[in-house]
Amino acid sequence: MALKASDLSIGDTYTETLVENLSRTQIVQYAGASGDYNPLHTDEIFTTKVAGYPTVFAHGMLTMGMTGRMVTNYVGDGRLTKYGVRFTSQVWPGDTLSSTATVEDLSDGIVRLNLQTTNQEGTVVLSGYAEARVD
Amino acid sequence: MAVDKFLVEASHIMMFARSIADDNQIYYDGDYAKGTEPGSIIAPPTFAQSSAQFDPDYFLRPKIGEPWFGSGKEPTGVTSSGGGGGGGGGGLHAEQHFEYHRHLKPGDVLSAEVKPGKTWERESKRAGKLTFSETVTEYRDQNGELVITATGVGVRTERPVDQ
Repeated sequence: MALKASDLSIGDTYTETLVENLSRTQIVQYAGASGDYNPLHTDEIFTTKVAGYPTVFAHGMLTMGMTGRMVTNYVGDGRLTKYGVRFTSQVWPGDTLSSTATVEDLSDGIVRLNLQTTNQEGTVVLSGYAEARVD
Repeated sequence: MAVDKFLVEASHIMMFARSIADDNQIYYDGDYAKGTEPGSIIAPPTFAQSSAQFDPDYFLRPKIGEPWFGSGKEPTGVTSSGGGGGGGGGGLHAEQHFEYHRHLKPGDVLSAEVKPGKTWERESKRAGKLTFSETVTEYRDQNGELVITATGVGVRTERPVDQ
């Protein structure tokens, strides 16, 4: 269901849990679906011994994809006009992510949302914006 | 990534939706989707990123008959330095922006044209010198209409990001 402008106020928020205890297998699933097989995301030996990270980590685009799920659940199907993010911290296997959209502006039938996704420690892993048509 | 022919298919949309743990039936069930506002299956908002599947030269996919820089018997399958500073595998993704002129649906045949954007540098405490580079990808449909404009920013770090 699409949002109605008359039901929205600046500062309204909508929150979803994106994932609990992110599995390595979900990261593998994302690699397969997206076609991004960077070993940093799925290959523990390469990532620790060659790239120098403590373990594999999620594609930024997996976090953006899951955050996008929160956004489309809020604004409705086919309503997005813009969606952009900055990846501010890495997401690791075992992480639990929560994402919140906050209504920032509402004009000319478009709602602008501020987006923030955080991990279980409260670290912001993604920040961004979305714009969507509202009724 | 330049792509001549990106076929948008329902089964790929289904697999992509599963991978982002999105159970919205508009991505799975054509009969359900008929009753929604878009009126058909559509693709999730970040689906265009999977155009990598259709880029013959995409460097983050193993190529048949060629060495792969991920691990096999050894930690990396290439003899030259696999890391190249922090991040290995071509750096990290810093930002991604999409502008939707319309939403993708099965049957669309897209082409993607990539234009280089700005580059800039910044010092960081956690990873040394950061080199950012922007690319703008225009996705056009079978009628030549612009459907999605995607702007990506990649970053190469001087060393792996401190944790």
